[in-house]
Amino acid sequence: MKAPGFPGLGAQASLRRRLAVQFILLSALLVLALFLAIRFTSERASRASQDAMLGAAVISVGDGVRAADEGLVFDLPYATFSMLGAMGEERIFYSLSIGSRVITGYEGLPPPPAPPAGLTPVFWGGDYRGSHLRLAAITRQVLLDDAMQEITVVLGQTRYGQAAIARDTARSALWIGLVLLLLAGPLAWWAARMVIRPVDRLAGAVTRRGPHDLRPLRHPAPRELQPFVAALNGFIARLRGALQMAETFIFEAAHRIRTPLSLVRSEAELALAETSDEATRQRLRRMLRAIGESSRSASQILDHAMVVYRSDQFAAAPLDLSQLVQAALRAMQPLAEMRDIELCPDGLDRACPVLGDERMLEAAIRNILDNALKYSDPEGRVTVTLAQRDGRAMLEVLDEGRGLAPGDHDLGGRFRRGSNVGNVVGSGLGLTIVGEVADAHGGEFHLTSRPEKGSCARFSLPLS
Amino acid sequence: MRQILAAIVLTALLGGAAAAFEVEKEQVFGPEGGEEIRVISTTDLESIAGVMQGFAEDNPGQRVRYLQASSMELFRAVSEELAEFDLVMSSAMDLQMKLANDGFAASVDPRRNGLPSWAQWRDQLFGVALEPVLTLASRQALGDLPVPRTRRDLIAMLREYPDRFDRRIASYDPQTSGVGYFLISQDSQQSEGFWRLAEVMGRLNARLFCCSGEMIEELRAGQVAVAYNVVASYAARYAPDDPDLVRLALEDYTFAIIRSALVPRNAPNPEGGTALLSYLLSDEAQRVVAAASGVALIPGTGAEPSVHMRPIRLDTGLLVYDDRLRRAGLLAEWNAAMVQP
Repeated sequence: MKAPGFPGLGAQASLRRRLAVQFILLSALLVLALFLAIRFTSERASRASQDAMLGAAVISVGDGVRAADEGLVFDLPYATFSMLGAMGEERIFYSLSIGSRVITGYEGLPPPPAPPAGLTPVFWGGDYRGSHLRLAAITRQVLLDDAMQEITVVLGQTRYGQAAIARDTARSALWIGLVLLLLAGPLAWWAARMVIRPVDRLAGAVTRRGPHDLRPLRHPAPRELQPFVAALNGFIARLRGALQMAETFIFEAAHRIRTPLSLVRSEAELALAETSDEATRQRLRRMLRAIGESSRSASQILDHAMVVYRSDQFAAAPLDLSQLVQAALRAMQPLAEMRDIELCPDGLDRACPVLGDERMLEAAIRNILDNALKYSDPEGRVTVTLAQRDGRAMLEVLDEGRGLAPGDHDLGGRFRRGSNVGNVVGSGLGLTIVGEVADAHGGEFHLTSRPEKGSCARFSLPLS
Repeated sequence: MRQILAAIVLTALLGGAAAAFEVEKEQVFGPEGGEEIRVISTTDLESIAGVMQGFAEDNPGQRVRYLQASSMELFRAVSEELAEFDLVMSSAMDLQMKLANDGFAASVDPRRNGLPSWAQWRDQLFGVALEPVLTLASRQALGDLPVPRTRRDLIAMLREYPDRFDRRIASYDPQTSGVGYFLISQDSQQSEGFWRLAEVMGRLNARLFCCSGEMIEELRAGQVAVAYNVVASYAARYAPDDPDLVRLALEDYTFAIIRSALVPRNAPNPEGGTALLSYLLSDEAQRVVAAASGVALIPGTGAEPSVHMRPIRLDTGLLVYDDRLRRAGLLAEWNAAMVQP
């Protein structure tokens, strides 16, 4: 929807542009008002002064009328006419009449709206001989032929000078207005920017947040934006509540699944030990493998829920990454031996200080190693290297498995698995956990194929 | 008073009834064919012929038809008969001013060539010459008398030697000459002493003429001893090197009237009229005009005005002289001075 009269100012239009345009329109309106006010005032002022002059002139002409022995004497004062015409070289018309009879001067001048009375001249406007005139009239009582007779003197002048002054003033006013308008453009842009700036800042503050940062917004905002910030914070709080509920639910669910699973597992192992029927043993082994996978998935889901929950807010503590890797290797050793996989640690004898959350890093390392072991062929070899380069701790885990299929670059998403996993069971959560831990610690995680064989998992963290 | 008024009105009515205005002389400058610029002017044809010829030579495509008329005839022709002319030129400043004020003049934009602002009105009326008004005397007629330097001297001389000047004083007739009327209106405005001079002239049975030319002819023929109020350019043309002629620029005041020109609103060829006006204001024409009148209108084209000279400005103040009542009153006073029992 577009607002009428404001092209390009629909609901989608830039607020800044809208403000600037409105400011400019307002300025234009003000300039127009200023222009009209100046014109009106100057016209009124010059008209008043010229009327004063015309009034004085008609009085002076009226004073030149007198009765003498030989009749009416009418001394038109040269100086008065000369002065009257001086400003703007006006045309001048006059008449002297007794009653309605014109004695001398111009016939047919526009009549006054009301007959003049008393000593004050009457003013009016009218057209005569193709010009617009301003006229003034005054009456005098003169004794003529033994009777008092009323004589009317009318004096009219054009107002070319006044018009010229009005034109000049209007032109000056127009120029001033145009300059103001020119100034208003950049000013409007600047003012609109200043108004919009808090909104920009707020947007910047929200944009800069991490993907899991659900803390309420504490950014200072102008009063007009407070309701918006409050609404946003309310929304964030609801979102966090919902997320927390989901994580808690998952945590709880995994936990509840794991416990009965381990019970089933011990029962199955017992049954396997007790039976000698090969078909039943076969079935029980498959059952045990499935139980193992289920419990692994449950713990990964648990890990993931933990990581998601903790990455929102965790207190980073100084840790030694090499010790964590060693501990993880120790825990993995039985599994590796079971499949005849050789673990080759390198660079773990040197302390590697980082800042981080112990449980999250543990989970990450465990999942990297787990992933490497899972996709290694039996009697293969997994190399674990910890190095420090460019202020970063770099953990590299190389396996000799099937590597990645071409096109599988992004395996960080939840429940995503490579396209060549084949018969290997997995939840697709392991690498997600690693990636999220890396993100939460300002580190990086990449899984790439090695040129010869297998894949390379590279996990890096900033050194403390 | 009433009779005079009635007489003027009657004259005006009769004049209006007469179909055509009276033309004194007529001449065409330039070859046949081409556009014609019609000029009506009070300026003596002989004195302006050179300038008109100059214009015709400069503008081969244009032809100037020059009509000479008296200032009253000219005014009547333009304002009442609405005769079609492209340029109207007259020395009767008040009548020219009235034509412009009453809307008969078109707004034009000639090359003004530094024309002083007091010698133009709006973009309608333009001065083309400054013409001092002189008193001429015959050296022979004055005899051993000293040359008067002021009007007071002149009055004293005329009073002292009535026999020598009886019927030998000349002046304009304000009843028939627009310039003549304008000059006495200026004189009466300028000095109270003028009416004493008028009375003295009336007592000496002064002879009244329609034009400067005739006065000068009478003066040179020995019929007139003193000619009061003669436009200087005539004196220059009629008697450029007459040793008998004495030009008196009276020191109490000497008027200089402006010969002015306008392009009428109904001009058939206003461009031609404007072009001719531009030419009249050009240095070339102004030098010729200033040489004849003895003083330059546009600075730098001739002699500077003397300190006694009072140029009359072209402004709306001139309108007052044309007022019917004022005119009647002034003429009545003039007649009273001239005709003495």
